[in-house]
Amino acid sequence: MSNTNEPKTAMMAAVGLSPDPGAAAIRGPEIHASLEREEAVLEVDCFSLWYGTARALWDVSMRIPRGKVTALIGPSGCGKSTLLRSVNRLNDLIDSVRIEGDMRLNGDSIYDRAVDVIELRKRMGMVFQKSNPFPMSIYENVVYSLRIDGVTDRRTLDEVCERSLRGAAIWDEVKDRLHSSGLSLSGGQQQRLCIARAIAAEPEVLLMDEPCSALDPIATGRVEDLIADLKGSYTVLMVTHNMQQASRTSDYTAFMYLGRLVEFGPTDDIFMRPHRKETEDYVSGRFG
Amino acid sequence: MKPAATDKPANSTSSRPRRRRALSLFAIGEPWIWLTHAALILCVAMIVCLVALVIYQGAQTFIPRPVAAMTLLDGTSVLGEVSRSESHRPTELAVREQCGDAFFAEGTARLGALGGESQRDLLRIGNYEITGEHFRWISSYIVRAESRPADVVVLERMTWGRFYGTPKSFQIGERTEASGSDAAWKAFQSHHDACRARFEVRRRLERVELGAVNHAMEDARRTVRRAELAGDHDELVRVKHEKSLRMLDLESEATALRSRITAIDKENESYVLMMVVAGGNEVPIKVADVVRAYQPNRLSLADKLSILGSRWGEFLIDEPREANSEGGVWPAIFGTVVMTLLMSLAVVPIGVLAALYLREYAKAGAITSAVRIAVNNLAGVPSIVFGVFGLGFFCYTVGAGIDTLFFPEKLPSPTFGTGGILWSALTLALMTLPVVIVATEEALAAVPSSMREGSYACGASKWQTIWRIVLPKAMPGIMTGTILAMARGAGEVAPLMLVGAVKLAPDLPIDGIFPYFHLERSFMHLGFHVYDLGFQSPNSEAAKPMVYTTTLLLIVVIVTLNLAAIRIRTVLRRKFAGAQF
Repeated sequence: MSNTNEPKTAMMAAVGLSPDPGAAAIRGPEIHASLEREEAVLEVDCFSLWYGTARALWDVSMRIPRGKVTALIGPSGCGKSTLLRSVNRLNDLIDSVRIEGDMRLNGDSIYDRAVDVIELRKRMGMVFQKSNPFPMSIYENVVYSLRIDGVTDRRTLDEVCERSLRGAAIWDEVKDRLHSSGLSLSGGQQQRLCIARAIAAEPEVLLMDEPCSALDPIATGRVEDLIADLKGSYTVLMVTHNMQQASRTSDYTAFMYLGRLVEFGPTDDIFMRPHRKETEDYVSGRFG
Repeated sequence: MKPAATDKPANSTSSRPRRRRALSLFAIGEPWIWLTHAALILCVAMIVCLVALVIYQGAQTFIPRPVAAMTLLDGTSVLGEVSRSESHRPTELAVREQCGDAFFAEGTARLGALGGESQRDLLRIGNYEITGEHFRWISSYIVRAESRPADVVVLERMTWGRFYGTPKSFQIGERTEASGSDAAWKAFQSHHDACRARFEVRRRLERVELGAVNHAMEDARRTVRRAELAGDHDELVRVKHEKSLRMLDLESEATALRSRITAIDKENESYVLMMVVAGGNEVPIKVADVVRAYQPNRLSLADKLSILGSRWGEFLIDEPREANSEGGVWPAIFGTVVMTLLMSLAVVPIGVLAALYLREYAKAGAITSAVRIAVNNLAGVPSIVFGVFGLGFFCYTVGAGIDTLFFPEKLPSPTFGTGGILWSALTLALMTLPVVIVATEEALAAVPSSMREGSYACGASKWQTIWRIVLPKAMPGIMTGTILAMARGAGEVAPLMLVGAVKLAPDLPIDGIFPYFHLERSFMHLGFHVYDLGFQSPNSEAAKPMVYTTTLLLIVVIVTLNLAAIRIRTVLRRKFAGAQF
């Protein structure tokens, strides 16, 4: 994939004007060939983002394949969460954020002026690092996105609730107490409840921001199994700090460093045969 | 092994390493801990003392005391309850005044025998229509004899205060039913309940039924007046005709009621208890006038308790009488509770909405900060200033406007254009607004941003997020603000004196007459009642214990209101909290 900015940065580097410390990215991202064969559900097109004057993302371009799990890895502060939160425009809530470039969800622009952010967010689901069940019953938590759309038909709600809870592999644990508080569940259950909530609206893409980082190994295992189950029916874009997790659960992995996409390819290749030295250093634990 | 600090470095030219100073007492902080203990103990002690004083003084108000009969030096006798005692040193002038010239020598001698210091008792002598005073100080050196006659009776009356005396005879009409103190007392007891029951019927007829008829007449008059103001001649003639017929009906109804009342009065008036007072005079007492009667020197513990219970019952559910120093405070309890609830109803929605805008929608900047500072400073404005504002704005501007628009037929007498429970509630709502706004803002700020983001990520709009996630989560905090506002509002008196609390308002703001809620009515308030009893009562000695009792009641009412709100908060918290990780 071509990076339109590549000649410029290369030139700047040539005259000794390194625009950023991310010298590795000067060559542009390394996109593995196998990705070209995948159908993209989400296309990121030369996307940059600033928090005030600090630039957090540098011309990121990538295509997220449909029905696959894509993991974003990289050291802290490399912009993976920022990128994820840009997909459903949660960064809009921060006043100082400024962006350039665009993203497309199934061909529809995300950052176009005419886009209704709320309608856009209805097409995606998101799971956060810290589980955030709402202060209401388990049932109401799951059907929240239907409630805000004004759905009141009891049968539809019941159906969606059961299907989503089954989808999130938590149905058996909570089916007898659907009307107790969502906050009464354990940490791992809360996170799976949040996943159930996210898939209740049948999102086109499911965004996960370090979904297991606050969980113990057993709960993590269950959520990872769940992600594996979701594969195929949902497109998952997941940020993770945990490289074992990325290698266990994802089909594709993107390595980001200092706000740039460095390498993006099949997970096995990224971990076993990375093309870039920085990627190899990171996945082998030499830095990061 | 030696500690490293004292080891001399091998190749150091400096002398000894610096030895650290041992921890002083102050560094450990022990004195400061004592100081914090002392401060806490001081706070607790003050609260405990306050509550203990109020409870001690308030609880003994209604305990019946024995009645003493005293014969003084000059031969006069006095009958009354000893309400308190103290010792004093009468001057020669005082002795001359108390004993009169004839007994001055004897009085001086008796005082001398006591070493110049005498005890004096404050005797509640009652019988105001004869004696002209409710209380009298009696120094013990001028008392020749003191006894506690068993057949003395205390009568608590509807008017003129208490009556102390001995029954002589009981009469029904011209006929003497019983004579002799015990027989008369028995006869009185057997007829008293029936008389009181008739009196209650009469009171209901007068207050409720005659009140309703009067209300209907007033209504008819007002309809005519409205038609006059409208200026349509034909309509006016029609209305006048229709209403004059109605008036005739009502008049006859009122006449019938009045004749029933007169009949009851006449029957009740025939029951008379003849009493002998301390001086020996006979005084007729109407049985229906007597609220409660007992023989104070013959009471068993059970009797005492029953009188205590009956007095408390009257205090809680009856109307005041005798310039508020006797009877009950039910209208004041009702007024306090209704006013506080109305105030909460007004202040919570407005405060929460204002705080929502300030916290969620307003752009942070100079104007928002200025508004926030202004709101916080409102909390420091003296409450009487709010009273003045309420009077000027609510009563004289808004209320007068409402009167011109909706009640022109009643003018010039104001309906809403004067103090009333609604204006009081709104004035206090204004006063407590900062409390609610500050508490709500803090509660909103404490809602974790992860919850908001989760809601946004589900495709909720900002308003849906606020309504479904933020507000429920912030509800316990908002309730805390409400509790504080209620506590402040329920105890406030100064502004109420300007905007609607009155000395006596037996018509409750909620009753059975359409439209049931009479928010324009002035009302009684326990706080104002305390002030009125303490400073405005003509019978200040009798009112003083009532001040404590009413204060006790006010505290109980406020605590009850707060406990109710705290209970709601606990339920909300349990609903939304659960186990959090």
